[in-house]
Amino acid sequence: MKLPDLTELAVRNLRESLLRNSLTTVGISVGVASLVAMLSLGIGLQELASRRLMKSGLFDTVVVTSRRDLRNFGHEEERSGPAPGESRILDESTRQEIEHLPNVMEAYPDIRFITELRFEDKPHLTMISALPDSAKSNDAFEQMQGHFFSSDMAAEVVIQKAFAEELLGKTPKSGLDETNVASLAAPLLGKELVMRYAQREASPATSSSAAKGAAKDTSVASSDQNLASAAYSVVSREQKLKIVGVADLDPESMRGPTRARVFLPLKLAESLHVMQPTDLREITRAASDQPAYSSISVRVKNPSQIREIEDAIKKMGFNTFSILDATRSLQQFFAVLDLFLGIFGSLALAVASIGIVNTLVMAILERRREIGIMKAIGASDGDVKKLFFAEAGAMGILGGIVGVALGWAIGQAINLGTNIYLKRQALPPEHFWAVPWWLVGAAIVFAFVVSLLSGLYPAGRAARLDPVQALRYE
Amino acid sequence: MGTPCKSTPNGSAAIHAEQLCRHYHMGEALIRAVDGLNLQVRAGEFVALLGSSGSGKSSVLNLIAGLDRPTSGSVVVHDRDLAKLSREELAGYRLRNVGMVFQSFNLIASMTLAENVELPMRFAEVERGKRDSLAREALARVGLQARMNHRPSELSGGEQQRAALARALINRPQLLLADEPTGNLDSRTGTEIMNMVREFNQQLGMTVVMVTHERELAERYAQRLIFLADGKLVGDEANSVAASAARIEPSEAVRP
Repeated sequence: MKLPDLTELAVRNLRESLLRNSLTTVGISVGVASLVAMLSLGIGLQELASRRLMKSGLFDTVVVTSRRDLRNFGHEEERSGPAPGESRILDESTRQEIEHLPNVMEAYPDIRFITELRFEDKPHLTMISALPDSAKSNDAFEQMQGHFFSSDMAAEVVIQKAFAEELLGKTPKSGLDETNVASLAAPLLGKELVMRYAQREASPATSSSAAKGAAKDTSVASSDQNLASAAYSVVSREQKLKIVGVADLDPESMRGPTRARVFLPLKLAESLHVMQPTDLREITRAASDQPAYSSISVRVKNPSQIREIEDAIKKMGFNTFSILDATRSLQQFFAVLDLFLGIFGSLALAVASIGIVNTLVMAILERRREIGIMKAIGASDGDVKKLFFAEAGAMGILGGIVGVALGWAIGQAINLGTNIYLKRQALPPEHFWAVPWWLVGAAIVFAFVVSLLSGLYPAGRAARLDPVQALRYE
Repeated sequence: MGTPCKSTPNGSAAIHAEQLCRHYHMGEALIRAVDGLNLQVRAGEFVALLGSSGSGKSSVLNLIAGLDRPTSGSVVVHDRDLAKLSREELAGYRLRNVGMVFQSFNLIASMTLAENVELPMRFAEVERGKRDSLAREALARVGLQARMNHRPSELSGGEQQRAALARALINRPQLLLADEPTGNLDSRTGTEIMNMVREFNQQLGMTVVMVTHERELAERYAQRLIFLADGKLVGDEANSVAASAARIEPSEAVRP
């Protein structure tokens, strides 16, 4: 019998005992729904965690520091790169070199400094950090009041909520902070801040040409002449900055005590030549006005490539740091979680599959005569078997589709419920639930396969039915 | 293939049973439903199998139909030794070579007449486009074109049996096997059905084997009467009445 005929007959047979077959199908739906619900909870939580963590910049970022960094004193050096003494300086040329490594999305210098900001003539001392354009996608900026920097060179700042409170003279409350960011942002957006900072300026003794400076970088020999040229002056400057955004979340929450509360566009920060703490340390080596970066953040395209990139950078003679292993164990945790949720979800489907077996075995008893007739007029064992398979499969597909819809609806309901709860707790809404397309497809296919497996025994039994006995049976 | 039927010229013996046995156990007892039967039916012949209930006549019919397998002996239909066919081949034989009608009509209750008649064509994988017109044609031949979309329960017994006949003939078999075809019908509709069966026998040249316990009915239509008792052949005689009866009763029911 051909597939269209098979399907047609199967659907017609299913409609004949509508109530029983509907109930069986509902059983499958509930099974599939529980499976989908469990798995999408797992996937949703995983996505939530990785969204949060990935956007924190911790998991796709390698921090590159010079081997001479004080941080590494007492650390055992890996033998993969040059000896510590030969360690290279982190400057613009190395930044570009790193950026051209395969799978590197971008490499940008970490510029951060403590300085004074004046707002309505009151000074505020704070940590300032420069952000590349790509930080726009950090969820702290996605949900902020106002907007991100209009350009990488704009004289604009985004300030953190806590700093906004300070500017407005409000005392930050400890613990759960329920202040509305919108009300904080309203009086500040568009206002001007004056930043006072120390600019490093090439000393008149040396040429201020950047090109020349870069050339000198490559010949770091500590000759007297070079030492003499490694001088620069520090000049106090002012820069007017417009507040364009107030962020609720802290994009640098992972950085601990060194986290900044005010953010500048990266190119602007670079152009200001703000005096960096490392400048003092590097002056004996850098020997020019060309800045040496304290560290470079390297963002990779995919967290799975972190290790290779780290190795490549180490070979260049730098120290690297990433939280790769943390992601590993996180992924492992979620794999186990998904597995357990999947097993619990599958249990319901297993119960439903017993329902299919039961329904089809009942159908055989009920349709004994019909099977006998079909065999008498020429149906082969295979035809009968296929017909029962088709019925099981049809129930499976239908149950799968309804189940996925049901699971999705449960997910939406729980999402809605949790978000209402989160709103009451003054927390931002979250998606705990994710039903990816592959899960939709896989759940339906899984329901289909489970149904066919459940149909195996009834179909075989129907096929083996003796037509003479079946026809005698009234 | 050392069966004796091989020596018989093709076409002359449609059915050839030799030492045919069908025994089965019912509890402790061994039932010899068919016990060493020898039988030959020529192609185009109309044969009636007669006997009281339990004589094994239906068992013989099931063996010829390929619904059952002999315990021993052989039944050869159109050069096919049914005992040697696989289950799959036997199904194909039932599908293409045999048409069956039963006492209880055996139409599928959930299907309309047209669908019932179409069903064997589904198994035979006849093209979808052709099936509809063939089913319509077959139902028209038995005078049921107006009832095509009715379910069996909405029809009289005679109409149901006519539909069953249409279904039996849809794949153009050489053999029509009828198991008490008029057993559930009144005499008038029974006559109608029997006239049709005879017409198929005479016009289409089909071999007909009919099981009945009514000697009178057999004498009116069959060319040959075979008597069975306890699974054994106890009589085999040509029927002289049938030939003349065919002319006396015109088959007006076939084409009203």
